[in-house]
Amino acid sequence: MNESAAIPASPLLLAAPRRWPDRAFRWVALGAALLIVALIILVGWQLSRGAHLAIAKFGPGFLASAKWDPVTDEYGAWPFIFGTLVSSLIALLIAVPLGVATALFLTEMAPVKMRQPVIMVIEMLAAVPSVIFGLWGIFVLIPWLRDHLFQWIAHSWLGYLPLFKGPIYGVSMLAGGIIVAIMILPIVTSVSREILRSVPNLQREAAYALGATHWEVIRIAVLNYARRGIFGAAVLGLGRALGETMAVTMLIGNRPEVSASLFAPGYTLASVIANEFSEANSDLYISSLFELGLVLLAVTFLVNAAAQLMLRTLTGSGTGKVS
Amino acid sequence: MTSTHTLEPNPAYQAWRRWKSRGMSLLLGLCAVAVISPLFLVLYFLIREGASALDWNFFTQLPKPTGETGGGMANAIVGTLMLLGMAALIGVPVGVMGGIYLSEYGTERVNYWIRFAADVLNGIPSIVWGMVIWALLVVPFKTFSAYAGGVALGLMMIPLVMRTTEEVLVLVPQSYREAGLALGIARWKIVTIIVVKTALKGIVTGVLIATARIAGETAPLLFTALGNNFWNHRLSDPIAALPLQIYNYAVSPYDDWHRQAWAGALVLMGMILGLNIIVRIISHGHKSN
Repeated sequence: MNESAAIPASPLLLAAPRRWPDRAFRWVALGAALLIVALIILVGWQLSRGAHLAIAKFGPGFLASAKWDPVTDEYGAWPFIFGTLVSSLIALLIAVPLGVATALFLTEMAPVKMRQPVIMVIEMLAAVPSVIFGLWGIFVLIPWLRDHLFQWIAHSWLGYLPLFKGPIYGVSMLAGGIIVAIMILPIVTSVSREILRSVPNLQREAAYALGATHWEVIRIAVLNYARRGIFGAAVLGLGRALGETMAVTMLIGNRPEVSASLFAPGYTLASVIANEFSEANSDLYISSLFELGLVLLAVTFLVNAAAQLMLRTLTGSGTGKVS
Repeated sequence: MTSTHTLEPNPAYQAWRRWKSRGMSLLLGLCAVAVISPLFLVLYFLIREGASALDWNFFTQLPKPTGETGGGMANAIVGTLMLLGMAALIGVPVGVMGGIYLSEYGTERVNYWIRFAADVLNGIPSIVWGMVIWALLVVPFKTFSAYAGGVALGLMMIPLVMRTTEEVLVLVPQSYREAGLALGIARWKIVTIIVVKTALKGIVTGVLIATARIAGETAPLLFTALGNNFWNHRLSDPIAALPLQIYNYAVSPYDDWHRQAWAGALVLMGMILGLNIIVRIISHGHKSN
């Protein structure tokens, strides 16, 4: 879609509009476009308004406090920030290598006939709603993880690490991370693929001319060239992972604890809001949940903005069309 | 690297390089298989678990109270369709007009920031939309409502529709616009009857994709539409939705509800895949990859 930059300004702009319907139409269009900006401000403003009470009561200590006790009306965000970061990091550690590898497979190796079907399947994967992944996770993934993968990890040498200690319930940070990984795989893959496709063929040909093998071409000419873009794709995936709600809520165990073990249940910013918001019975409780929402918004905003700026300079089009 | 390496090729080393290349190729292929397998696993279990629970009652009856078996999700299916309709009423006009601005009127600098804003808006977690609409439409009216759910989904739709609309409008050749100007047609008519009409297929495609995207959204409905075990008679009352019903049944302790959750998920997935297939049929031969 690089053509959009090459097209000169629309000829409709060259002369001033003549009649009032032209002007009105243009103003309506401008209004619709500016509504986007207004909505961002609205979201930020509404959340800060809702969080006002909690901010006034707890101050910045809210972010570091690990106490979340609706009974005594004391709230702190740390367990949720921790859970969100850990589950998102697990998701990235799984999704980025797999996604980039798949993108490489699709751009560098797969027979042309095979590419389109695989791309279609990945697009379909992106279309599966979060709640369906959650349902599948509860009844298929969790039992399998609990009875097989987690047992295997716990009984291998990995079991000696504090990361994999403690009782195995199935619902856990690791399970939440795995489901988020599956959910961000499509976007990481498709953005990586776009980046890889923008690598000039000259790069590849030069490496082949020097006698490089297929893999060496990929490693030296393609991956090196695409490094920054792939980083951008990972950051974009992180933005998605941080805000994932339903599937995580259904699999992570929903316990506000900070534990070193990935087998332990956790809680994320998004899932505590999903779970407790409609039950919150005091103003301070609701306000604290709003402050968690504000934290979530701020973090995803920063991460997404960073990813967009990074990718835009590379592909020139941003990634709006990638679901 | 020593010079002996480059001057006299070491056969063992060359073989190692070739095998490494083959090995890595295989590894990349396996990764691709790993990436696409979850879709098949999800679809397999959806069909296996869902099809057995799916019967005529599912489409025609209301949910049964706790403890009774049977019943269906008729109200949730209708509710989802109503919510999507309301969302489209907000998302489509605003999104399309915004896309028109970006493609027809915006200057390079303004467009850059509006696109940036749309992408950022697109990245706002859906649960956050739920809270914002709760504060805006549920608290003042003192009731959860279908309106609130529809607005939440509609606002999420705007950036999606806007970006796809812009993308198809810029593909309309400039000569079409110039031809319109040469004939002295009013500019707004050039945009609507020439540019938009030429790109209509693409715009419809974008709207359908956006609809499929929000059809499965659960988080923004949790505290706006809320869910309802009965038919919704007024839009100012809470309304049932398939994703909400799936969620509530999935986390419940009852086996019969789990079966219903699978059936609901199968129906929802069918709707979404159906929309995607329609998109593919419409845009067949139009999109090159």
